[in-house]
Amino acid sequence: MASVITFDHVSFTYDDFLPEEQNGERRPLNNLAVKDLSLSIEEGSLVAVLGHNGSGKSTFAKLCNGILVPDEGDVTVYGINTKEEERLMEIRQHVGMVFQNPDNQIVASVVEEDVAFGPENLGVPPEEIRKRVKESLKAVGMYDYRKHAPHKLSGGQKQRVAIAGVIAMQTGCILFDESTAMLDPRGRREVMDSIHKLHKDLGKTIVYITHYMEEATLADRVIVMDHGTILSDGTPYEVFSDTEKLRAAGLDVPQATLFASALREDGLPLPENILTTEECVSAILESI
Amino acid sequence: MVKDITIGQFFPGTSVIHKMDPRMKLILTLVFIVFIFVCKNFYSLLLMVAALICIVFVSKISMRTILKGIKPVLIIIVITALLNLFYIKEGTMLVDWHFIHITTKGVYTAIFMVVRIMCLIVSSSLLTYTTSPTLITDGIEQLLSPLKFMQGSVHTVAMMMTIALRFIPTLIDEFDKITSAQKARGADLETGNLVERTKALIPVFIPLFITSFRRAYDLAFAMECRCYHGHKGRTRMKQMKYARRDYLSIAVMLVIIAGIILLNHFFGKVI
Amino acid sequence: MSVLKTENLTYMYSEGTPFQIVAIKDVNLSVEAGELVAVIGHTGSGKSTLIQHFNGLLKPSSGKVYVDGQDIWESKATLRQSRFTVGLCFQYPEYQLFEETAYKDIAFGPKNMKLDEAEIDRRVRQAASYVGVTDDMLEKSPFDLSGGEKRRVAIAGVMAMEPKVLILDEPTAGLDPRGRDQILELIRSYREQTGSTVLLVSHSMEDVAKIATKVMVINNKNVEMYGTVEEIFEHAGRLIEIGLDVPQITKVFLGLKERGLPVRTDIYTVQQGREELNRLREMKQRGGDAAW
Repeated sequence: MASVITFDHVSFTYDDFLPEEQNGERRPLNNLAVKDLSLSIEEGSLVAVLGHNGSGKSTFAKLCNGILVPDEGDVTVYGINTKEEERLMEIRQHVGMVFQNPDNQIVASVVEEDVAFGPENLGVPPEEIRKRVKESLKAVGMYDYRKHAPHKLSGGQKQRVAIAGVIAMQTGCILFDESTAMLDPRGRREVMDSIHKLHKDLGKTIVYITHYMEEATLADRVIVMDHGTILSDGTPYEVFSDTEKLRAAGLDVPQATLFASALREDGLPLPENILTTEECVSAILESI
Repeated sequence: MVKDITIGQFFPGTSVIHKMDPRMKLILTLVFIVFIFVCKNFYSLLLMVAALICIVFVSKISMRTILKGIKPVLIIIVITALLNLFYIKEGTMLVDWHFIHITTKGVYTAIFMVVRIMCLIVSSSLLTYTTSPTLITDGIEQLLSPLKFMQGSVHTVAMMMTIALRFIPTLIDEFDKITSAQKARGADLETGNLVERTKALIPVFIPLFITSFRRAYDLAFAMECRCYHGHKGRTRMKQMKYARRDYLSIAVMLVIIAGIILLNHFFGKVI
Repeated sequence: MSVLKTENLTYMYSEGTPFQIVAIKDVNLSVEAGELVAVIGHTGSGKSTLIQHFNGLLKPSSGKVYVDGQDIWESKATLRQSRFTVGLCFQYPEYQLFEETAYKDIAFGPKNMKLDEAEIDRRVRQAASYVGVTDDMLEKSPFDLSGGEKRRVAIAGVMAMEPKVLILDEPTAGLDPRGRDQILELIRSYREQTGSTVLLVSHSMEDVAKIATKVMVINNKNVEMYGTVEEIFEHAGRLIEIGLDVPQITKVFLGLKERGLPVRTDIYTVQQGREELNRLREMKQRGGDAAW
């Protein structure tokens, strides 16, 4: 499969980065930089990037669509180097982005007008915009709210509107920069459901940045970041089986995984690859 | 308390007036306001008032709402009326008592001014009551778009308006939230004199400004990521099209104008 | 003695207008002094409205609110007193910081209480120590601190008022696991050191289970359950039914039970689960399949 985003030995440092140590804790002023990062995201994949605050995961997201440009190395998006400033617009037609704060990315005071914002900027003909707006809102289940004012919607609904806004631009890849961090459990579920729908039904390449382990377990591939580098990279089963490593990086491990490994210690022959509730229940029933 | 302030109040509806093209509404409102000042006698003024009442009726906006709109400017209306009443010395003397002199001309002018101001307020608030702020902004942008040399700046101003309208409710919510948070820390915002009260608002406004800047920063990024690059090559989903009702409204306006001119001509000037 | 109490408390938003919405209805509750109560419920359940009644930020549409046995709406003085007896820390409290230094910001509450300089200083330093804010950080502008530090400074700002009851609305919202654990730990130790009553509003049963002594489940505009953590987890199925997130381990045991295994379902830690499953295995060894 072709890779849509490639990082080739990428380093990035913020100007106001303070490497000072305090209380044994690193104190990044903003986000930790990324250091010598090399990876590629395959077309059509569903990738979760997991890390604690300041692990460099947000910097990674911003490097992916040219909001930030690497100090060293190259980021290539759909064959375009993000350093080519005059092609930034092109890059953003390939890679859309949904941000963390649902309030701060909605431009218009009517839902459908906000979804139309991207295509309007691209100069898409009016009838075509209308069609795209309708389809995008339907894809996230917000079509019934098309005439509503965004500020009256719940956090999860606002994020779905923001997602529709990106779908309407018809980008091949969509990045989610901690888009669930400010939502309640219901809102998080709504957004995660939409993300999976985009991947399955529309075949989009999805990269989502998160610090919720539960969300990462739903991806095809999990990249764990710590101190600006990749700590582990693989399927959720591969990544979450190393519970100690994750905990050391300040991350949670699914209770089902922990429980299974505790039971293994007690002599119950359970398999290694347990992440979900269902897997755990079935495995216990089989082995007991 | 901030919730009482309503900027660009809009009452959604389905009347003909609501459905009219915002550009037409803008133009006709302007024309109407100009002709309020063309009326020279009571007959033409009466025609104007009658026409306005008919339009309000068609728009299905309740009279109470309309009158509420006048309330804030009541003081100005009263003062204008009194000034005209006491200071105009022309015409037949009606009252001549110590320092108070009231003449016919004074009474006429006072009545005219009161009616004119009220018509002005009612007609312009009818525009905002029946047209969403976004549509007004878009309407202005479209109307000014033939002026090529200022297209860019018109678009920028319109975009700023759009964003402002979008964020006003968000900022009001935020203001309420921060106010509650500071009250919970014992901040006293309700007592004291004007200076003390203003000072007490500092703990509310500083965080509000800071969050607003953060929002602006985030929004700029988000807009850039959605390929926003000014008005060049930009299209609009909503195309404004004049419909039959818009042409009809021109006809109605022309009839009113003709009526005013005729009435002015046949009944002579009062003021 | 109950430190917080309500009698038929009802609150309606936009009362008397066509947009009138009932937020909480006929709430009768009573919280004993010294408890660490987790208040859980989903968005819109009325929990945020409820907590704003305890320091008089919202005035009941009907019913009474008692703090420390005192009806807070009796007079202006009792109302103002309730602001200081009950410290309320809102969601994302870092967005309320405004002073030049973290020190001054923490001192804002005590200053409003008209305390003398020495007492203010003592309280600021005490509160800073509860949340692990160093002297060095106190002198900095709050805006130069990291996200987690800002949050802790903001929480200290409420603690410095030394309220009898501390209410925190979603203090861990938006934090990563490390930041979340830090906040939960400092809340636990704060209560241990001061012996004050703490109400912790949360979405997450998992966080709650770690530190709370009591759980109050708010659903459908009222208190649906109130009891110890163990008592509440006996109704784990009901918690899921009303849309609350229970720990994954609880779900595992609910799943096992559903598939016919005779297990308890009031399990909320991995350790408890381990013990329960070992008990089951022993039982099976002793009695064989017939015992099931």
